[in-house]
Amino acid sequence: MNIHEYQAKEILSKFGVSTPRGGIAYSPENAKDRAAELGGEMWVVKAQIHSGARGKAGGIIVCKSLQEVSDAANKLLGKTLVTSQTGPAGKTVQRIYIEEATDIKKEFYLGLVFDRSSESIMVVASSEGGMSVEEIAKEKPETLIRAKVEAAVGMQSFQAREIAFGLGIEAKAISRCAEAILGCYKAFSNSDATMVEINPLVLTGDDHILALDCKMSFDDNALYRIPDIAELRDKSQEDPKETYAADRGLNYIALDGDIGNIINGAGLAMASMDMIQLAGGQPANFLDVGGGATPEKFVKAFKLISSDPKVRVILINIFAGINRCDWVAQGIVDALNQIKIEQPLVIRLAGTNVNEGVKILKDSKVKYIEASTLEEAANKAVQALKELEKKK
Amino acid sequence: MSILINKDSKIIVQGFTGKIGTFHAQEMIEYGTNIVGGVTPGKGGQTHLNKPVFNTVKEAVEETSADASILFVPPAFAADSAMEAADAGIKTLVAITDGIPAHDMIKVKRYMRRYKNEDRMTMVGPNCAGVISPGKCMLGIMPGHIYKEGNVGVIGRSGTLGYEAAQQMKNLGIGISTSVGIGGDPINGSAFKDHLEKFEQDDETKVILMIGEIGGPQEAEAADFAKENVSKPVIAYIAGLTAPKGKRMGHAGAIVSAYGESAAEKVEILKEAGIIIAKNPSVIGDTVESVLKTL
Repeated sequence: MNIHEYQAKEILSKFGVSTPRGGIAYSPENAKDRAAELGGEMWVVKAQIHSGARGKAGGIIVCKSLQEVSDAANKLLGKTLVTSQTGPAGKTVQRIYIEEATDIKKEFYLGLVFDRSSESIMVVASSEGGMSVEEIAKEKPETLIRAKVEAAVGMQSFQAREIAFGLGIEAKAISRCAEAILGCYKAFSNSDATMVEINPLVLTGDDHILALDCKMSFDDNALYRIPDIAELRDKSQEDPKETYAADRGLNYIALDGDIGNIINGAGLAMASMDMIQLAGGQPANFLDVGGGATPEKFVKAFKLISSDPKVRVILINIFAGINRCDWVAQGIVDALNQIKIEQPLVIRLAGTNVNEGVKILKDSKVKYIEASTLEEAANKAVQALKELEKKK
Repeated sequence: MSILINKDSKIIVQGFTGKIGTFHAQEMIEYGTNIVGGVTPGKGGQTHLNKPVFNTVKEAVEETSADASILFVPPAFAADSAMEAADAGIKTLVAITDGIPAHDMIKVKRYMRRYKNEDRMTMVGPNCAGVISPGKCMLGIMPGHIYKEGNVGVIGRSGTLGYEAAQQMKNLGIGISTSVGIGGDPINGSAFKDHLEKFEQDDETKVILMIGEIGGPQEAEAADFAKENVSKPVIAYIAGLTAPKGKRMGHAGAIVSAYGESAAEKVEILKEAGIIIAKNPSVIGDTVESVLKTL
């Protein structure tokens, strides 16, 4: 789960990481008030969407008067921002963050992630802040500092100091920088985070260390024990279909193609998508209905897939183990009694009691195209699509 | 032989008396698995499915000499139960539980390292279908009848895709020595390379099939390991050629976040290490068959 920049900054502050003063606003008047409360002569108005690279997309505006703050708020609120991380649909700005301007002497990059290879927490830092870590890795790889932290004992002060010295921070700011790095580590390890990224971390004109921009992500499997963070979920920043599916126990990812599919198991779903492409088609989605493919799950899955205007053919591929094919077939038949599907339907069942399952489908009123292997299913789905084209 | 489990394995079920634990324990017993008891804290002294229930894993091991365990404990308590198994001297633990927080798994892995190599538990999973040595022992939730006994060692991250492969092989008359589901999470109890090593030493296993997917460094690490240490032919299929970057495809660990983690990159890395690639999921069985013919 992702959260907004201002929320991440609140969490980091609790762990001793300094951030610029700021306030959240939902309207231009609101924004003006926040700026007036902060005082000073310069402010930064920042669009709050779940994405980095907002600056390049016009989501961050520097203002020199309260009127400019109000204008910037007016411009950003309600706008859909498309960044290099949002995908073509972009994300809508519903709140903005007004921050005091910072006197920046130098910018750095600081990130914390799980390192799956060493099964530790990896700190990545660079003296080239402001660029994305991918850009740094490509253009200035020599500046990248990587430090592994053993999660069971936590980050030690010397590790934080080593990183701070490695960044070339001046002696008088070293302990402040080390403290900020330790604070980020504590925020990561104490709140079940999967990612903390501060870009840039800045050294100010008066030698303080501030987290100027910040992103945090959390482990979905741990949300039950971080209720304060779970509450920060902002559904407006998620794909509505993916949210609809997740709330109904389905694992769904929207894709660009026209063959919708309903599959049990994530690996088999990916494999089936690959087969569709090899057969000359394009999958419209990834959908894993899970092990217990009950009739209720099928109703939900059919609703989700058939209502997608992109979807022109539907492919079902179920490998039934403990949940036998006859039971799965009955689930499909029951679901199709409740919901009408316009698209041609290709069904492939395999596994336990496959013959009984196929018989149930054949004896029912369900109109479908039968397939017995994965390859045949993909080929027949693409064939069905071609026939639709011909009819046009 | 086989790896991890065989017909002499003495097995306990952690989370024995729960609905899921009960259902799968029955299935395993029916398959012929030697289940000697179970653990549910607070229910020690009772009898369930005609087997004794213990309060702690330690007690269960002392009373039954169990050497393997299967875990159906809910996610919030699963890491604790896994460490309990390691401490009690269990040699092979299969964790079925889906949804264990990654921070907890890191703790479990670290905890396991307090034991010397020869005493250290092998953890399979979490978020997996389990391990089966066909005809001998089933320690998992898979449909046992789709696995034929034979000499192909299988290691895979996904449950149903593993079933698909087993069924394709069975249809061609090809059997399996042991099939290990290492699970779909970002931090696994054991990795491809751990089981490659075990299959290399197993006399019964003639070829090894790896079923991987997008995300994580495991397949690349396995490629490195196989190049230096595995003399038996290794075949691989990688799922997710069409998966977009940065999107989590169902499994918590199936997300491309770095170079070498996409399906296409993994296929290249495996090929360079001399591993034979099954081009698509429909020809996994055929590819294994063609390799077996060359032996």
